[in-house]
This record gives sequence, structure tokens and C-alpha cells, in this order.
Amino acid sequence: MSDTTVTARQLPDRLDNPLKSAVLSWESLLVLVALGIFLANSFASPYFLNAWSLSDLTFNFTEKGLIALAMALVIITGEIDLSVASIIALASTLMGLALQYGADTPTLVAVGVGVGVLCGAFNGFLVTGLKLPSIVVTIGTMSLFRGVAFIILGDQSFKGYPKEFSWFGQGYVGWVISFELVLFLVAAVIFYVLLHRTVFGRQVFAIGNNATAARFSGVRVDRIKFVLFCLTGLMSGIAAVLLTARLGSTRPSIAEGFELDVVTMVVLGGVSILGGAGSIIGVVLAALIIGLVTFGLGLLNVPGIVMTIFTGSLLIVVIALPILWKMWKERRA
Amino acid sequence: MNRLLKSRELWLALAILAVIVLVTLRFPRFSQPANLLTIFNDTSILMMLALGQMAVILTRSIDLSMASNLALTGMIVALTNAAFPFVPVPLLIAGCVVVGAALGAFNGVLVWKLNIPPIVVTLGTLTIFRGLAFVASGGTWVNASQMSADFIQLQRGMFLGLPILSWFAIVVALLVYVLMTRTPWGRAFYAIGVNPVAAVYTGIDVGRTKFLAFVLSGALSGLAGYLYVSKYVIASTESAGGYELTVVAACVIGGVSIAGGIGTVGGAILGALFLGVVNNALPVIGVSPFWQMAISGAAILLAVVLNASSERSKGRIILKKAEVAA
Repeated sequence: MSDTTVTARQLPDRLDNPLKSAVLSWESLLVLVALGIFLANSFASPYFLNAWSLSDLTFNFTEKGLIALAMALVIITGEIDLSVASIIALASTLMGLALQYGADTPTLVAVGVGVGVLCGAFNGFLVTGLKLPSIVVTIGTMSLFRGVAFIILGDQSFKGYPKEFSWFGQGYVGWVISFELVLFLVAAVIFYVLLHRTVFGRQVFAIGNNATAARFSGVRVDRIKFVLFCLTGLMSGIAAVLLTARLGSTRPSIAEGFELDVVTMVVLGGVSILGGAGSIIGVVLAALIIGLVTFGLGLLNVPGIVMTIFTGSLLIVVIALPILWKMWKERRA
Repeated sequence: MNRLLKSRELWLALAILAVIVLVTLRFPRFSQPANLLTIFNDTSILMMLALGQMAVILTRSIDLSMASNLALTGMIVALTNAAFPFVPVPLLIAGCVVVGAALGAFNGVLVWKLNIPPIVVTLGTLTIFRGLAFVASGGTWVNASQMSADFIQLQRGMFLGLPILSWFAIVVALLVYVLMTRTPWGRAFYAIGVNPVAAVYTGIDVGRTKFLAFVLSGALSGLAGYLYVSKYVIASTESAGGYELTVVAACVIGGVSIAGGIGTVGGAILGALFLGVVNNALPVIGVSPFWQMAISGAAILLAVVLNASSERSKGRIILKKAEVAA
């Protein structure tokens, strides 16, 4: 027999069975959770399994989900953006202001999206230009952006958005398929390709795993982070258009608390809050799960604040379970 | 002297003084001692929370659940008081501290034993605790008529010219100061914030120290729970809504570094006071309170810019030879 001294580094004969690793992946766990909640909902309420109910359900996550797609990339690079809900508030307020000056629908959309990008660029500049920690910067801009909305609006509200504008939040592309859902799915595909199939996406992962190493391999770390903050701003601006169109009015308190829901979606989707790992499919599934949970509980007349117990517990349990499982396996070994 | 000039606390104190002077120029009554003491008293709860948050941030963690912890313990103590008015208030306060500490310990265990990042854990408990406050109360409020007289009056009592609430803040600040500067516990917070690896080699259990920081922030949130409810004489699910980030803001303005290891008790208190003074001054000078949010946002950004520039000059060359060689 050959020499049996085992070298420290052994190459496996074959890679892990791709089927097996797909079955054991985070995404399949999320699919199971989603199916479980879907079934539970169907049994719990007779109103759930209905095309229009299911269509309404999607409104629960499309706006937040759009932001979560971009936020996933930001978190993968090891940064975070807590100002997204405030960007919505500011963008929505400025759209309302533009409306007072007689802006038409295309202008309104341009204002909303433009404000979003500018706010994102401001965050990006503070983080990459001035080298400040993103968590503090965006806690600051979170107050600042919404604060400006409060200065403009006070306790008033803007109403009277044109009918064509409302279509963005209330319109249907066909049958029960809403424009918001289509937009979310298209964006999900774009972000999937961007993160998993392009050089840019690989660079995002590289930054998250080791920003210094990435820099030495020629990745323009700051520029990419800046672009990602702009992207998150852009998605928040788009969400502002959708939400404003859906609600038909703007108050400075619009979208309050969205930022934490968005981060919950991203983390639940398997993106490591420490950066360097995550997938768009996971984020989309997590968005769906949160939508299912909140909508199902809503059908059972559970008040919104009690729902947050479920989403909060879901976040902790889904993250803790694999860790506990691993610890248990290690103890047995 | 040089060190004094560079100290964050001094500049922050001067900034607070400047705000007070500017407002006084237009409205002399603003700087009357009685008014200043009212501001101090109004800021007491924020100060205590900021001290707890500081301990957590020092260890490179963050506790976003403090405000929800406050709402839950506040609701529990108010319900207890409404149901059993004969229970002495000091006992209730002790109960608040224990409940708050237990909630903090829950955060701490998840961070310590399961290694889940603190921001994820407390993001979860932020919603869970506030949701539980709703469940505990059934969505209703506990208002003045349901609270016992002692429960409402205890913190309003005067001692040496200051309300008891202010004394709570002062005593807590002193205790935390002693803890931070005079005990191995407190020094461990700084040690693992500055360099967790080095801390391990000096025999500090990083996970356990983080756990203790969360217990401390939880206990202070619990104490604040009683104080908040009895100060505003109402316990609702929305108690201290949005405070989770205000508390972090107070710390950042006070020079506590979000990267861990840097921060002082004086800084955290002045950071809270700065927000308190600004919020109190706005209505006086006739600025709509709607400006408050934008101003505190701008203050946070300014503070973090200043923090960053003072932290960057921290590097020190230890080996002179290496410097020459390089």
C-alpha cells in the first residue's frame, strides 16, 4: 500500500454534490418556511386562498423588497443604510411640493427618483469621501432627511395626486398582477444578474470578505460603495413613488420604521450582517415570507404591533437555529 | 492643558453653553436656574439610557432594543401598580431593574452563546419587546387615574433642591463612572473594544463581558421604564417611540466611538444634555418643533465628523527604529 502519511491539505476527490448542497442551503430552508406559513395561512383563514387576496398580499412586501435588494449589496460590502425610510419621506414630500407647483406625472416620478439618488449619494459621500462609519452616518441622515420633510410639511399633508400617478401604486398590469409586483420581480432579476453574474458583483463580495485585500487586487472599494449607496437611494426613491401613489397622500411620518423591516428582510434572506455573503434569491424569499406572515396575521385580525413579535422572533429563530444545530452536531462529534 | 483643549467633553460643554447664551440673549428667562434644572430633569432619562448604551457600544456592540425594553418594563410596572396598588414603590423600582436586566440578559445570551451579531439580535428584540408591551396591556393605556399616588409622586419629590428623578440620573452616572474607571469590569469593556484579541490574551472573556454590558443596558432601560411611565403619567405601547436611535445619537454626539473602546461617562451625559438643551431651546426661540429632528440629525453628522478626525490621529509609532528604516 502506498505511504499513509496524510498531508495537512487534502483535495477532495469530488466537490460536494451540488444537489445535496442545494437541498441543505439557506434558500431551501426559507422555501420550507414560506411553504409552512403558506399552508398555515390557508388553514387558518378561509379568505386566504383567493387570487385577489394573494394579489393584495404582494403589496405587503414589494416596496420594502425593492429597497432590500439594494440593501443586500450594501450589507454584503459590510456597510449598512438605516436612512432608507427617511429617504422615502423626503422624496415623497418633495414630490408633494412639486405637485403644488403643478408638476405632471413624469416630473413627479423624476423628482421622487432623483431625490432618492441624491440622498443616497450624500450618504455615499459621507461614508466613502469622509471615511465615516455608515451606521452612524445613516442614523444621522435618517433624522436629517425625515427632519427636512417635517420642516416642509409640519403636521400637514399633501394630497390630490393625479390619477395617472396613482397607477404606479394601484395599477394592474393584467388580471391580478400589480405593477408593483412586476417591478419587484424585474428588479430582482436585474439584481440577481448584477450580484451573481457580473464582475461588479464579485467585487462586492470581495469587499465584504476583505476590503483591504480587495483594494490591493485593484477593486475600487470606495467607488463601488459609493455606487451602492446611490443604488439604495435610487431604490428608496422608486419605493417612494410607489408608496405615495398607493397611499395617495404624503405625511412626514410616511414609511416610518421601514428601515428595520428592510434590514430584517435582508438578514433573514441569509445575507451576513458582517458582510461577504448572501444571495438575492434568499432576499426575495425573505421578502415573500415577511409578506406572508404579516398578511396572514392581518387576515386573522392580529394587530400590526403583535405581528412585529412574529417577524422579530422569526428573525432571531431563523438565525439561531442553524447555529444551535451546528453546535449540537459538534458536541456529538 | 493641551489635553484639556483636545478633550471632547470641554468642547461639547462649550457648545451647550453657547446654545444657552445665544438663547438667553433673546430670552433672558431661559437661563434662569429653575429652567436649566428643568432641562436637566427632562433629560435625566435619556442620560441614563445613554450610559447603558455607552457600555454596550464600548464593547463594539449596539443595543437597539433599549427603548422597547423601557416600554415593556414601563408597561409591566404600571399594570402591576394598577392591579396591586399596595406594593411599595421602591419594590416596584427594584422589580423594574430586574425585569430590564433579564431582557438585557436575553440579548446578551444570544450575543455571547450563539455569536449572533448584536445589531441583528437587538433588531429582533426591538420589535419583540414592544409587541409584548402591547400584548401585556391588551393595547390599552394605563393612565393617571389607575396609578397610585406614591407611584406618581416618588420621582417628583425634592431633595436638596433637585427632583428625585434628577438624583436618579446623578447616582446612576456616579455608579457607572466608578464602574467604568475603577473596576476590572469596566476596564474590560474598554479593553475588548480597543482590541478584542489582546483582551483575550489578558484573560478577559469577550463574550461574557459583552453579556454583562447588555445586562447593564437592560437594567438601566428597566429603571428608565418606571421613571418614564411615572414622569409622563401614562404607560402606552408607544412609550419612548423612536428613542432607540436618539440614545445612540446622544452617545455619538458625546464622543463615544461606534467602533468601540472610546467613550466617557461625562461625554455620554453631555451628549444627552446637548440634545436636551437644543430640544428645549427651539420652542423658546420660536422655531417650530418640527425642526428638532433635522437639527439632531445635523448634530449627529457633525459629531461623527469630529469623532473621526480626533480618532484618526490616534496612531503612535512605538518603534523609533522602524520609523527610520521606513
